[in-house]
Amino acid sequence: MTPTRPELAVDPSLYRHLADAQVGVELDTGDMVLSMGPQHPATHGTLRLVVRLDGERVLAADPVIGYMHRGYEKLTEFRTYPQVTTLVNRIDWLSSFANEVPFVHAAEQLMGVEAPPRAEYIRTALTELARIATFLLFLGEMGLQVGAITPTFYGFRDREYVLNLIEAVTGGRFHPYFNRIGGLHDDLPAGWSAECRSAMRKVLDACDDFEDLVLDNPIFEQRTRSIGIIPGEIGASYGVSGSNLRASGIDWDLRRDGDPYLAYRDLDWKVWTHTDGDSFARYWVRLQETRESVRMVLQLVDGLPSGPIMAKVPRIIKVDPGEVWVNTENPLGEMGYYVVSKGSTGPFRVKIRSASFSNVSILPWLLRGCYVPDIITILASLYFILGDIDR
Amino acid sequence: LPDERPAGAQAVAGTGEETEAGDALLASPPLPEREAGLLSRMEADLGSGLVEHGNACGGLVVRISPDAWRRAGEVARDKLECNYLSFLSGIDWAPAEGFRGDDQGDASTPPQPADTEFGVAGSAGRFQVLARVASTGRHWGLTLKCDVDEADPRAESWVPVYPGAEWHERECWEMYGIVFDGHPALRHLYLPAGFEGHPLRKDFPLLAREVKPWPGVVGVEPMPDEGAADSEGGGA
Repeated sequence: MTPTRPELAVDPSLYRHLADAQVGVELDTGDMVLSMGPQHPATHGTLRLVVRLDGERVLAADPVIGYMHRGYEKLTEFRTYPQVTTLVNRIDWLSSFANEVPFVHAAEQLMGVEAPPRAEYIRTALTELARIATFLLFLGEMGLQVGAITPTFYGFRDREYVLNLIEAVTGGRFHPYFNRIGGLHDDLPAGWSAECRSAMRKVLDACDDFEDLVLDNPIFEQRTRSIGIIPGEIGASYGVSGSNLRASGIDWDLRRDGDPYLAYRDLDWKVWTHTDGDSFARYWVRLQETRESVRMVLQLVDGLPSGPIMAKVPRIIKVDPGEVWVNTENPLGEMGYYVVSKGSTGPFRVKIRSASFSNVSILPWLLRGCYVPDIITILASLYFILGDIDR
Repeated sequence: LPDERPAGAQAVAGTGEETEAGDALLASPPLPEREAGLLSRMEADLGSGLVEHGNACGGLVVRISPDAWRRAGEVARDKLECNYLSFLSGIDWAPAEGFRGDDQGDASTPPQPADTEFGVAGSAGRFQVLARVASTGRHWGLTLKCDVDEADPRAESWVPVYPGAEWHERECWEMYGIVFDGHPALRHLYLPAGFEGHPLRKDFPLLAREVKPWPGVVGVEPMPDEGAADSEGGGA
């Protein structure tokens, strides 16, 4: 027998369609525990979410991570600096090149070596290309999470143009391992700049497509507006970074605000923010940042300085003792390495600060009170890579 | 200032040979102006809770006594406007077992000093908690280290200060065995429940290397169409 609770003022219109419902009586609902994942199409990898539900509403959510933990921080202590560069490549596998850069910079800073300007320009261009590739996948895949399959194919197709550019330079589509301590492995191939310009035009077209197909779509707006709102200060206290934080109105981009690195100071570009902090805002910010990255790449290709691509470094890399913290603005957020060297050929300790780990750690707070279908859009809009969570 | 460090400690940009007393010489270059300002504000609020400070390639590192750890987080958040928690982790300063570069152990692993050497801003013992906070508005940040007792590794939890510390402290607890007082639920994060040992401690062996030594020279395995005898330099 369901207890009658007259103190609950229930809108009778809710019951108009339910002929057999007792008017004025609210059914008691019990909690249900639902385990999403670790293998679930909407989680982008082996992220498991244990959610306690009251009907469709989430009472509590507990992400379970570690299914892909590879122990990189331990492994770095058994490897030389160049070997660690290949290792950190695999943290965020969608933008591997961007992972290499802060680690190589950390070693260079400890050694007092500076890569030549041409190398820094090419590094910047490849970092931004990695960002474009990562974001194009997001822009397409986000459509899939709300039931639109076409943008996904567009996203994969357009990302391919960018991956081809990266492959042309580095030989690898996903794991370039192109950075060397002191510079780059090789120079750009002949004719690359022209190819790059035409690919960038295609990417700009793709951005327009995504704007029309996804952002202007009323169904997409309904599914993402006011869903999963992260207030900026709460996001920051959880360590949420990158586009996720800028979508919450915090105007903070390490490319502009951090310690100067790469060639960003020479470029004309803009940091985009959105005040809403919801899933829609996160999509919007990433779309604008993709266009901004295209602008940057075009400037870099036009203004590429001539000169060598490697500084003078000893054949066997020994890094002077010391400690350094280097963080960069990666596609998924702040990526950083705290490197402790004791003067050997390998690091004594490397703390890897990966963006997705902190971005996902806000989920218990964020998912409380939302509805089951919104879990999917919120997860997708936070945009994480499992390797970047589990390291 | 009179220099009391041992001879040889001066060569900061040396060739890597002068690694002895590395902890002392690292603190030597003066801090940039902004970092010096952050330090003086930390010192004003923490007093003797701030044990030592150092300079890590231009970045400020402060060492905090265990009883002032949470207060240091509050000072960083409220006084220095560091609203953003970048990470919280640990560090084990013990010399690594088995691969010290003498003829023992896995020779392919980079040799590390056989003696305990503490890093920037020093340490009171083997374990330290390491954290990085930053200000999204003022664009500055600092690294904090907290001394931890080796026999009973404990630190105050930062969860009341930065809610994002919850996962970081769970990771630090399972990887180093440092207990965080005041943490809501210290349970395994990456490792399966019931895992024994603390993998990031230096005395925890990397079993993969124990079982099969790293191939020090690559390319020695013959290609399918090569004879086993012609294993070296067959490529070119």
